[in-house]
Order: sequence, then C-alpha cells, then structure tokens
Amino acid sequence: MQFPSPRGPLSTSLIHILGHPAGQVDDAVAQFGTYVSEGIPGAGKITYDDDIQLTLFCLYELHYGGFDDADERWEWNPGLLAARQEIEAAFEAELRAAVELPALDAKTSDDVAKVLFDLTGQDSGPSMSRFVAKEATLEQLREFLIHKSIYQLKEADPHTWAIPRLKGRAKAAMVEIQADEYGGGREHRMHSTLFAQTMRGLGLDDSFGSYIDAMPALTLAGTNMMSLFGLNRRLRGAIVGHLAAYEMTSSQPNRLYGNGFRRHGFNKDVTWYFDEHVEADAVHEQIAGRDLAGGLFEAEPGLLEDIYFGACAALTVDSWTTERTMTAWQSGETSLVAPTPLMV
Amino acid sequence: MNDQRETEPDTAVVVCPDGPLLVRGDFEIVSTTGEKLPRDRQTVALCRCGASAIKPYCDGSHKMIGFRTEFPE
Repeated sequence: MQFPSPRGPLSTSLIHILGHPAGQVDDAVAQFGTYVSEGIPGAGKITYDDDIQLTLFCLYELHYGGFDDADERWEWNPGLLAARQEIEAAFEAELRAAVELPALDAKTSDDVAKVLFDLTGQDSGPSMSRFVAKEATLEQLREFLIHKSIYQLKEADPHTWAIPRLKGRAKAAMVEIQADEYGGGREHRMHSTLFAQTMRGLGLDDSFGSYIDAMPALTLAGTNMMSLFGLNRRLRGAIVGHLAAYEMTSSQPNRLYGNGFRRHGFNKDVTWYFDEHVEADAVHEQIAGRDLAGGLFEAEPGLLEDIYFGACAALTVDSWTTERTMTAWQSGETSLVAPTPLMV
Repeated sequence: MNDQRETEPDTAVVVCPDGPLLVRGDFEIVSTTGEKLPRDRQTVALCRCGASAIKPYCDGSHKMIGFRTEFPE
C-alpha cells in the first residue's frame, strides 16, 4: 500500500523513517523512540488517538503487505520493534482495563463454548446490522464498507499468525476455519476476494489501504488489536478468543447486511460476501467455540483468562465503533475523518 | 498408525448442544431423488432447529429462537 498521510509527530517521524533504506537513519529511529516514550497518552485515550493508532498500524503493516516505498528490512529493525512494544504495552493495558471477564470456572471445552456463546449473545448497544438492513443510505453503505476494508481486504490474516503457536485439536480447528476463509483453495472464493468484489460493486477502490486517511483512530484500533493478539505468541489465547467472538457474531448480522445492499438494488455479486458469511460462520462458530477455544483451554488451561479477554475485547471495540458510526449518522454527518472519498 | 486409520471413521457428525449438526469428512448431501444439493464447503452445519433461512444449512437462527437440545438444569 501507499504511505498514509501522517496524523501527528509519531506517524510523521515513522513515515519519514520508512521512506529511507533500513540502517541509514539510526538517529531518526532513536528520535522516533523518544517521541513514542514521551507521546503515549494517558490511560483510556490510546484507542482514540489518531497518531498512536496510525503509527501502530504502520508498524504492523510491515509484517503484512508492507508499503510500496518502504525497505522490507524495516520489518525486524530493533528500534522500531522496541517502539512498537512500548505502544503495545499501553494499548493492551487499556483494553484489559476496558473489559469485564466472565467467571473463570470452566471445566470442559463445552463449558468454554457455552460461556463464549452467552457472551456474544448479549445485547451490546445499537445495532449496525439492523440499521444497514432498513435505513442506511447508499453513501452510508459505502462508509460501512470503507471502515470494514482495513480488515476485510486481508480477512483472516491476523488470526493465521496463531497457527504455528497452537497444537492438536485447537490447531486442527484453526486450520479448518482459515482454509474456509481463504476459499478452500479457490481464489475467487477467498473472503477477501469476495469483499473486494463488493467494494467494486459500489464503485469503491478495492486496493488495500486506499482509504486509510479517511479512517478514524477507532477503526484502526480494531485491526491493530487483532495484530497485537496475533503477532505476540504470548497472546495466543486472546487471538483465539477474538476469532471465536467474531465468528459467533457474524451469521445473522451478515444476513441483515446483505438485505441492506439488496434494498438498494445490488445483485448477487455484491451480496455474495455477506451471503457467504451467513452460512460459513454458522459452521465456524461451532468449530471456533468448541474445538479452537475449547480445545486450547483443554491443552493450556492457564490461557482461559486470555481467551475470554480476546473475546470481550473484540466485542467491546466493536460496540465502540458501532456507537461512533451510528452517532455520526444520526446527526447527519459522515463517520469518516476525511472528505468522502471519490469513487473510482 | 494403521490401527487408528482403521478405526477412525471417514465421516463424523458432531452433535452441537443447542445448535446444528456439524458434518465433517467424506459425504454427499442429496435430495430425496439422489441429486446433489448445492454445497460450498467441506465441513457443513445442518439446521436442527427448523428456523434457518438457508436450510438444510444452519444460519445461526437457533440462537435467536432459544433452541435447546437438553432439559434445563
């Protein structure tokens, strides 16, 4: 992807660094480390901080698709990794403080699945899916896709990091789910491919990251949270819980999302992405709850707290994002932070 | 190794509490006259509560209708 526009001293410093060959701007890397140490805002503010979230996003992106104009060796630069860890520590602490975990009294894998199904079945505020189904305008549907695109165009990738960190039943379950996410060997059925098709159907640019300047910190925080959980082996419980929560809150909302696009006259090519998730995630939620999360608990009971943390954090950040978007829409405003991007 | 291969079934139906039947392995889903029904994935979840809008597959509706497969404790 292209470099985003910076949003403050941290992201300005980082994007400047990434534009140079790795190893040639050590002073700038040291300066960046100082900016990070001094620039992390107080508790409760990191999730909503544009500069911090964009910086973290860029640091993570080095491990995914990278940037067109960045030296690929930056990925493992010690100075950048140290700065990332500092931001991660504060971000993780903020997420942990924001969630209330269920009782840690599960005895079996089915107990874990039941707790997760109960958690994800609770009403968590305004419903984006009902609004999209019944009321959203065409422009709001585009905004909805733009927010989602920062994850959905690389759907499943953050959870795939966990595969080599799992064993046995949990690993088999993760691979089974991810194989389906990646289209079961058929590129045209990959969920990211289907999402790109939906974006094009609404006249949007489907290249990864093309709308990053329009995304609020909270949208970036949602995807950064997945990378935090996925890239840190010690948080394998959290990435597993995160995936379980995502799968368990997907089938019915996606049916409603599809209805919203059908209401505007879009055809099956556009709604395929949503229709696919109705069926796929009804399968995935069973595997994710019982074999993945439950299987991981049976193998490593000490990870139960993190499994629940990952699930609760996913639900919490999702509810904040929904609330933010719905509040903007109800006031007749855009939920994006840059002018509505032009259609391609 | 050989023993396990002989005893492992090719296909298994996982009976999910309060949920669908998960079918994994080597199988076909056919109509009463033997015609293959559309199927897009290897492992499928078959509706057990009757409320799915995409039968025979599950769409998670069992959660909306409070479908229970066991007596409450």
